[in-house]
Amino acid sequence: MSNRYPLTIGVAAGKGGTGKTLIATSLALAIAESDGTPVRLLDCDVEEPNSWLLLSPDEHERRTVDVALPKVDMDLCTLCGRCAEVCEVSAIARIRDKIVIFPDLCFACGSCVFACPVNALSEVPKTVGEVRTGLTPEGVEVREGRLAVGQMRAGPVTREVRTAVEPPLVTVIDSPPGTACPMQQAVEGTDFCILVTEPTPFGRSDLRAAVETCQALGVPCGVVVNRLDPGEPVPDDLSPEGVPVLLEIPHDRGIAEAYSRGEALYRAFPAWREPLTHLYHEVRRLAGTRSE
Amino acid sequence: MAATQSVRRVVILSGKGGTGKTTVTSCFADLTQPAVLVDADVDAANLHLMLTPEIISQREFWGAKVAVRDPAKCNGSGECERRCRFDAITEERVYDSRCEGCGLCVLTCPSGALTLETVLSGHVVEARTPYGPLASGRLVPAGESSGKLVTEVRNVADAVAEAEGLSLQLIDGPPGIGCTAIAALAGVDLALLVTEPSASGLHDLKRVRQLLGHFQIPASLIVNRCDINPETTESLRRWGVEERVPLLAALPFDEAVPRAVRAGVPLTRFAPSSPVSAGLRQAWDAVAAWLQSA
Repeated sequence: MSNRYPLTIGVAAGKGGTGKTLIATSLALAIAESDGTPVRLLDCDVEEPNSWLLLSPDEHERRTVDVALPKVDMDLCTLCGRCAEVCEVSAIARIRDKIVIFPDLCFACGSCVFACPVNALSEVPKTVGEVRTGLTPEGVEVREGRLAVGQMRAGPVTREVRTAVEPPLVTVIDSPPGTACPMQQAVEGTDFCILVTEPTPFGRSDLRAAVETCQALGVPCGVVVNRLDPGEPVPDDLSPEGVPVLLEIPHDRGIAEAYSRGEALYRAFPAWREPLTHLYHEVRRLAGTRSE
Repeated sequence: MAATQSVRRVVILSGKGGTGKTTVTSCFADLTQPAVLVDADVDAANLHLMLTPEIISQREFWGAKVAVRDPAKCNGSGECERRCRFDAITEERVYDSRCEGCGLCVLTCPSGALTLETVLSGHVVEARTPYGPLASGRLVPAGESSGKLVTEVRNVADAVAEAEGLSLQLIDGPPGIGCTAIAALAGVDLALLVTEPSASGLHDLKRVRQLLGHFQIPASLIVNRCDINPETTESLRRWGVEERVPLLAALPFDEAVPRAVRAGVPLTRFAPSSPVSAGLRQAWDAVAAWLQSA
């Protein structure tokens, strides 16, 4: 019964390459198979999305993500310069008798269009990325955002991935590395965030930053420790106060090789199915404690 | 000005995270004559962990603007929420992580309840290390404007390079291809791409290569943990030939690497005779020769 309320689980890390996508994809598979629950996996690592590669779903939809860039009609423009005044990023300027727009700087916020007293500015769409959706045989719906190469700002694509019609019962979000805006936009508003780390000085340092970021966003979190040496206990500093260790994965050449071939852990190693299902139940339990 | 050599900048990038950028950067820092070392991965900065730095100065960087509401003036019109294109504001609150600081809500609020305020994004740190001066940045928890912070760190690095007459900068870049990566590669002479032979490593590498093509920056390649998947390593080498991204070194998995990282000492100093150290020395010689000739 407690399994029937909607849940959104983020998978983040701070450090790159610790196994976010490994966990996010296999967790989604475990949920689909153990619960028979509709699961949606959102790949919010839009700069370098890899979930699709590991799950190879059948694609059923693909759409571009567009933003609206300003365009000036010089027949109407009076060269008052109000547009340039309101632009916070200097993406529009009056240069002698012209209005010049710098598309690479533009945030597509619409301030200049709003501020123009003579309606000389209109907007034209510019594609900054795409979102595709597909389904795996296990019943995981994958929604992947992909930033167009050369675009600076991941926000519009991440937003589009997260704006899903009819949320399913469980959503898993594969976050980008780091702790900056792209990660925050992936993790904010989730019910629980799994932080994947490894027992190295880099893993430890970046985990600390990720925990602090989750705390600042008000998202409870737990840790999956990847690449532990066989027999090595989880170092104390990888489970800071109030951040439980949810799963341990040993350093294993077989896992690394399967990942290098683009195979999902859950599919390639039946022995990992039970621990991954257990991870899901743990996250449900911890997220539930919080909402009571 | 005339006396100084032209400044050379090398950035270490990867697309995919965790492929060994920082380990490689620390070794190159050890192998070259003093260079200015730059950690441009401001939201997961780790280079300092390898270089035993002594901090000289740390200052705040106030980069981002966000909308701030005066509840006393708000008349609940909902205009801000309707207008905002970033879903960053509701009647209850402003979501700083989504707010772009564009000011549209400020312009359109009928009761003048909103203003833009500059917030603390992070810190810029200058340090001294046995390998050369280090400029790095550190985003505050849930901080904004990481791209601008990278640019600020790069400005500090340029100033240090000029003050100390150092002609080479080594920049440890962030993963990805977005604003921090673009800020890290602006104006560099060469990008070194560190990858691993995996399906995702190759996928991500192709996107970084495309980005570098955009900015017409030449690149070369280092494949880390090449023995995990020899077939993919071979594909990477062939890809490099086609794309003019020459493979400088294919480095095997080596137990000495995690030990060097734990010790906080560049591998080339920690275990100079290890196979990975040998491969990196060879790679650096190729880079140095390229920098001489270009």
